[in-house]
Amino acid sequence: MKSLLKFITCGSVDDGKSTLIGHMLYEAKLLFADQERALELDSRLGSRGGKIDYSLLLDGLIAEREQGITIDVAFRYFTTDHRSFIVADTPGHEEYTRNMAVGASFADLAVILVDAKKGIITQTKRHTRICALMGIKHLVLAVNKMDLVGFDTKIFDEIKEEFSRITTEFQFESIQVIPVSATEGDNITKKSPNTPWYKGLALLPYLESVDVHSNDDVKPFMMPIQRVCRPDHTFRGFQGQIEAGSIAVGDELITLPSREKAKVKRIFVTDQDRNSAHAGQPVTIQLDREVDVSRGCVFTKDNDLQEADSFSATILWMDDSFLTPGKDVLVKVGTKVLPGTVTKINHKIDINTGNTVTADHVVKNEVAKCEISLSDGIVFDTFEKNKSIGGFILIDRVTNMTSACGVIDEALQSTDNADRIDTEITRDVRAQQKGQQPLTLWLTGSVADNSALAKEIEKRLVSRGYHTMLINNSLGESVRQIAGYATLLNNAGLIALVLAGTTNGNDQAIAQEIIGQAFLPIDVAVNSNSIQEAANAAVKIVVKALIQV
Amino acid sequence: MDKLTLDSIDEMTHLDQLEAEAIYIIREVAAESENPVMLYSIGKDSSVMLHLALKAFYPEKPPFSFMHIDTTWKFKEMIEFRDRKAKEFGINMIVHSNQEGIDQGINPFDHGSAYTDIMKTQALKQGLDKYGFTAAFGGGRRDEEKSRAKERIFSFRNKNHAWDPKNQRPEMWKLYNTRINKGESIRVFPISNWTEKDIWQYIRRENIDIVPLYLAKERPVVNRDGQIIMADDERMRLEPGEKIEMMKMRFRTLGCYPLTGGAESDADTLDAIIEETLGAVSSERTTRVIDQEEAGSMERRKREGYF
Repeated sequence: MKSLLKFITCGSVDDGKSTLIGHMLYEAKLLFADQERALELDSRLGSRGGKIDYSLLLDGLIAEREQGITIDVAFRYFTTDHRSFIVADTPGHEEYTRNMAVGASFADLAVILVDAKKGIITQTKRHTRICALMGIKHLVLAVNKMDLVGFDTKIFDEIKEEFSRITTEFQFESIQVIPVSATEGDNITKKSPNTPWYKGLALLPYLESVDVHSNDDVKPFMMPIQRVCRPDHTFRGFQGQIEAGSIAVGDELITLPSREKAKVKRIFVTDQDRNSAHAGQPVTIQLDREVDVSRGCVFTKDNDLQEADSFSATILWMDDSFLTPGKDVLVKVGTKVLPGTVTKINHKIDINTGNTVTADHVVKNEVAKCEISLSDGIVFDTFEKNKSIGGFILIDRVTNMTSACGVIDEALQSTDNADRIDTEITRDVRAQQKGQQPLTLWLTGSVADNSALAKEIEKRLVSRGYHTMLINNSLGESVRQIAGYATLLNNAGLIALVLAGTTNGNDQAIAQEIIGQAFLPIDVAVNSNSIQEAANAAVKIVVKALIQV
Repeated sequence: MDKLTLDSIDEMTHLDQLEAEAIYIIREVAAESENPVMLYSIGKDSSVMLHLALKAFYPEKPPFSFMHIDTTWKFKEMIEFRDRKAKEFGINMIVHSNQEGIDQGINPFDHGSAYTDIMKTQALKQGLDKYGFTAAFGGGRRDEEKSRAKERIFSFRNKNHAWDPKNQRPEMWKLYNTRINKGESIRVFPISNWTEKDIWQYIRRENIDIVPLYLAKERPVVNRDGQIIMADDERMRLEPGEKIEMMKMRFRTLGCYPLTGGAESDADTLDAIIEETLGAVSSERTTRVIDQEEAGSMERRKREGYF
């Protein structure tokens, strides 16, 4: 049977990635006839004067056709006589770095394109860095458009040399530099007569033969538990995919974090009873005794795995919102999901140059070194040693978006979360922790009339995940006092709802001065036929204000 | 020290890797999602999905229900096959149809694309909402269509079941994010990375039972605008000049019989099908009538909630 190679292509917009893959599929006769016909038809209507536009095969989304660029990862599948391939074509723009990272996280090898006329550019360096961060070990640098530089060996050698300089800081296991022309087909499926000085294989034959086999199967046994299988009271098995090493019936293993020892009684590889199993296989393992193990625990034969409740990590931030210290997240490592907090941003790493940049916040598509603390201990390993329990994602607790991905660098010694936050605890930090902006809703009008409405508004805000506090001025305190209380609540990161009582314009001005930017007056008497409608209207105003703050 | 048995140094074949990936995904959803369901369309991809679900949890039964969205225009043999399999494997098979659509007499002859929307898309939304499913497994593959090629394995849907291709969640390594807010749901495609060829090779390797319509046999058909449509029951309407003929033919995909084109074929064994697929000159979806509208039609339908 054939093996499978998962690879990505990356390069900037005009480097011709889509053209490269399209040409490979076309020349290797890997297209269905109807796809080929559609391609020839589409090309006739296109901008390339009737010459076949191979990129049309890959840019599938409507928005991409409109803009003529690749936004998201497109997966393509093909098989040659020697190997099966899955190729992810990834976008080159810096603003789509996260989409490129998605492709890279899935691949064994990356084909990075450069334009021979332009040489190594900033994007080449960025793509190389992302590939390294996501754990890719094998690279191909395709020096494209060689036809436009007259197949000049000097230009090729210079690019090759510079690439070797920029890759020395990473631990790539193999790097192949190939001179190609994606539009003309040189060194795509067969050696080109235009580059007699190039001694290596053409791109496709190289991809068919490159060895990307990891050494996962000779490492010590390790398996994160996905679920406990209990069809009836007589059987209790642990299901998961073996991530490293092998296991056989009779072997002793260690459960983490409970650190119990047990012997393997029975192994199912899917539904087959087997004597042994190895890395990559989905299994169900039955043990010879009861152990305290559930989803998120890890089976191992190795005592080197670490356990900690805080670690330092390198992350790629992928969310539209900013990351600031104090951000509450869910952390998924292996099969374990835990609440946690990004306690500290050590510094950013310039994704183009690798330089360290000091920072108090991180925005989308930036890479940063930071510290993360968890509500409980987790079993992990460094990403270098064990990808499956060394990589993680951060999930936003309010939106549920996958906000970041990262790799664990090392465990931190302290186990006390409170000790780990080294920034000053400001109003912003408290608000960030609650995932909201502080706001004071200043409801004017009779307290007696409005208290039911205020409660209704508060219920709606809380059900939307906001943290609130209601101040009812039933004792008739002064505007200054009430505004002072509201400010205090805002400083705690809360949304304050104030039933201010009957006030005049001057009172409002005083309140606004004390409360500042967070002040939001709501005149509830206007247009309110019922409490429900008034509450809905008020919540709309609040949500709008929260977005704008 | 680990024993280096012969097993442990065997490299996994590409089918083994695809199977392992799918099983991993199915188990993750069962472990993390509150109320998952596996959509079952009775086709070959669904047969593979059901097989994977049975293998993923063995010796336990799959810890979720299966659901078939029945347009009431499926081939008779499909329905018979569905009921037989549900019984054989002891799984819970929910069948849901859009009763309103049935009452209004919506049918594929008179209502064209409205039929697909009402009896498939709307029926699916109804079914998912009725049981409050938070995650639905589907047998979609990325090699089927261009917009599918860009869809994540875990595909997030808002309260209206709509897909936003510009705002997909990043999917890193095997760290799938199954979290949703109330009313939202996810579609999960465990066999995203399989090709049609992989499906057939796996069916042969695992000896998976499939609906006999995939195998060539003499069947009563009508040639309509170049598509070979089978007259599966007395509801089949003939256009002027059309007549039913017998032809040895088979289907590459299965759906509603008036909308599913077959092909003349002698491939009446699995091996023959695989040989035919390996040398195929058309991609699979050319036999689905609804895909042949303008470019981007599938993406548009999916934004509206089509699976």
